[in-house]
Amino acid sequence: MASDKIITVDHLTKRFGVFTAVDAITFDVHKGEIFGFLGANGAGKTTAMRMLCGLSMPTSGKATVAGYDVYTQNEQIKKSIGYMSQKFSLYEDLTVKENMQLYGGIYGKSNAFIKEKTAFILEHLHLQDEANKLVGSLPLGWKQKLAFSVAIFHEPEIVFLDEPTGGVDPVTRREFWNMIYQAADNGITIFVTTHYMDEAEYCNRVSIMVDGKVEALDTPAMLKQQYQSATMDDVFLKLARKATRSGD
Amino acid sequence: MKPQQHTQAKQKNGAARRQFFSFVKKELLHIWRDKRTLFILLGMPVVQIIIFGFALTNEVKNSKIAVLDQSKDAATASLIAELNASRYFDVEANLTSYKEIEAAFKKGKIKLAVLLPSQFAEDLKHVNKASVQLIADASDPNVANTLTNYATAVIMDYQDRITNKQRLPYSINVETRMLYNPQLKGAYNFVPGVMAMVLLLVCTMMTAITIVREKEMGTMEIMLVSPMRPQMVVIAKAVPYFLLSSINIASILLLSVFALEVPINGSLLLLVTESLLFTLVSLSLGLLISSAAASQQVAMFISLVALFLPTVMLSGFMFPIENMPFPLRMISNIVPAKWFYIIVRSVMIKGVGLAAVWKETLILTGMLLFFLTVAIKRFKIRLQ
Amino acid sequence: MYSVEVQHISKSYTVKKQTTPALKDISFSVKKGELFGIIGPDGAGKTSLFRILTTLLLADEGTATVEGMNVVNEYKAIRKQVGYMPGRFSLYQDLTVKENLDFFATIFNTTVDENYDLIKDIYVQIEPFADRKAGKLSGGMKQKLALSCALIHRPTVLFLDEPTTGVDAVSRKEFWEMLKRLKEQGITILVSTPYMDEAEMCDRVALIQNGSILSIDTPQQIVASFAETMLAVRSTNMLQLLNKVRESSFVENAYPSGIYHHVILKQHATAEQLEQELQAATFAGLEIKKGQPTIEDCFMQLMRI
Repeated sequence: MASDKIITVDHLTKRFGVFTAVDAITFDVHKGEIFGFLGANGAGKTTAMRMLCGLSMPTSGKATVAGYDVYTQNEQIKKSIGYMSQKFSLYEDLTVKENMQLYGGIYGKSNAFIKEKTAFILEHLHLQDEANKLVGSLPLGWKQKLAFSVAIFHEPEIVFLDEPTGGVDPVTRREFWNMIYQAADNGITIFVTTHYMDEAEYCNRVSIMVDGKVEALDTPAMLKQQYQSATMDDVFLKLARKATRSGD
Repeated sequence: MKPQQHTQAKQKNGAARRQFFSFVKKELLHIWRDKRTLFILLGMPVVQIIIFGFALTNEVKNSKIAVLDQSKDAATASLIAELNASRYFDVEANLTSYKEIEAAFKKGKIKLAVLLPSQFAEDLKHVNKASVQLIADASDPNVANTLTNYATAVIMDYQDRITNKQRLPYSINVETRMLYNPQLKGAYNFVPGVMAMVLLLVCTMMTAITIVREKEMGTMEIMLVSPMRPQMVVIAKAVPYFLLSSINIASILLLSVFALEVPINGSLLLLVTESLLFTLVSLSLGLLISSAAASQQVAMFISLVALFLPTVMLSGFMFPIENMPFPLRMISNIVPAKWFYIIVRSVMIKGVGLAAVWKETLILTGMLLFFLTVAIKRFKIRLQ
Repeated sequence: MYSVEVQHISKSYTVKKQTTPALKDISFSVKKGELFGIIGPDGAGKTSLFRILTTLLLADEGTATVEGMNVVNEYKAIRKQVGYMPGRFSLYQDLTVKENLDFFATIFNTTVDENYDLIKDIYVQIEPFADRKAGKLSGGMKQKLALSCALIHRPTVLFLDEPTTGVDAVSRKEFWEMLKRLKEQGITILVSTPYMDEAEMCDRVALIQNGSILSIDTPQQIVASFAETMLAVRSTNMLQLLNKVRESSFVENAYPSGIYHHVILKQHATAEQLEQELQAATFAGLEIKKGQPTIEDCFMQLMRI
């Protein structure tokens, strides 16, 4: 089963001065899994995610992503992951097509690959007519779906999604999750944060961070059983209310 | 007015005053907390004065010169002594023939040769007319020009002294600049220029940026929804920068007088008043820019391109306006710094009074009223 | 008696000759002392509506009054009475908590002491950090400070534009509890949010999408008026189940909702018909039950019309 683990985290810690943002977290993520990474604001989610993306050096502990070490092989890590956040995703002043060409180029894909993939995505999202429109002119929901497609454009092994559905209407939100399911079906591992607790139910497994520690980690069903709650919302509230610190 | 109404009005005024001062205090806190910017704003005039006053000066000190004295009389001796005594020249060589001149230049030691013909003293005494030939190394034309100017000045000085009685009023044939700047100090030109530049940067750019920042941050939305009058917001924003500018005016003047030894020949009160007037013009320009700019970058860009460059180029302190082509001369008239530059030069260096600069003062006042009216008219009570 | 009345408000923006409507013929009224929610995704027109009501923006068409005063002519009087918390965190980040509060008190012609009773509940939670710069506060605390500042002059109407966006579930709950207590003080509160689950905290809500109001009612009434039959189904393979359900001729719409898929049946189809069809396909762990529609289900159904 060891080869099945695409992310391994072992006592990973990040300290800023005397403040321990991430406190010896340990967990594994399996290949093709949809892994929900939850936590209140300031619980340490962003810091942990940055370390896994190779953007931030851990203080101590071990972690590998796609088999690469986060201390020494962050260049390889960056090549094997996709990343999408609510805030930054696409260049609004470039067209849909130009954005895809750009990201394909950044990941060193061949022109033939870019061309084929672009056509595939445009057809898949029914965006053929919008291919030459500026991204800024598209509705938010379309942008988010497009951003996800671009994040997995280079066919990464893992994609990190940081609150990908914030503010999106409920219909688009579901279409978005549909895309996530399909990507997972194609073997891409999904690592996702969200404030929508119903989305936590869609994940295969969910971890909940409180005060820098992973306080709970299991399937949504098991978590609900463990915390005797009807919904993930309750589970989250029960855990997050224990938090003693707050910060961003 | 009924007593009740009177108290109401009083209360209203009190509230407005409190709002205003609390806003100014807040603004001062912003400036105080941003130490880096504060340091730049207060340090900039000092640095500029030092750069312009000492480093970038076109003065040439202690240049080596050669003298070919063919007369060797009392007059030439004292003239040579005079040249040698001035801080601009050191007499390096006393030549004996024409041939040696070129050799001296070729050695690269000297920058200027002064030729005093034979019978110099005789001519001076009897014909009241003696000629001096100045030969300069024009491979650097600016230096050559400056040196000949300096030498001419020294020689004229000398001539004036010895021919005092016969001097005719119109025979003084020295450039205007030197007339009010007998030591030909570059600082005389730079001080008014630096003042204009610093005031423009501090007042115009900073005021524009700080107002636009509130728009960007979204705090302007809350300010607009508050009972504080929008115009008051804008004026309160300008106050701290007015105070900062006053400090800058003081530091520039102090540095000029004590470090660069530029005297204030005219009335200090008039000079300060005129400077504050220009400060107000700059502030109103900043307000005007803030009403047009949507982002801090745009505000900065407009301030730099539309104001700072013309101030440097067209106010007359870098390049003489008289030498500019007609269209540029016309444009220079709408550059406020041009008028301020004239005023400061006149008051500080020529030592004239308001009577001599009332026209420029009036122009600046007119500009102030115009910019302020437009800025307040353009300031929106709503978004968009 | 109404605190806010909006009649046929329309607003569009023109950027580079392209006109985009933000609000299309919006009308609604908010009663005095009501906690009124405006619920819709980003880009639905919530912020434009709030800006028009807080006199920051002029509508193209229609009229609106706040406390009986016209938002166009009587903007000065309105500005004295309303509290407004814009969508972005709009306090001075380089001022401390206390400095911000004092500043806003003065700007609104009052003092912190004068209205301390109103903000006490909220402010005590951030008081330990009174000397911390606002920019250094956490998301939840920033919100509390912003709310304190918006309340400092004892407004009769409070406009909160997306106060809970980007805030975690715990802070969101706390925030709504604060709003409930404020409502007891008789303050009319208009609050916008993209989170559908927050609708149930409001007395009445307006569901808004693409500049139009889909429905206005109490959350209970909106849910009760859900006309279609909705089922909740699940099995061990959710993705296959969803695809299967979507193909079914009995199904009008189906989508994931938490651990179940919600299935809206066509008008004359019955739950039994679908059940038979799914059982024939032998899904492991198949469970079918009657679904309980939420505001989100209603919203999606209304979007389809």
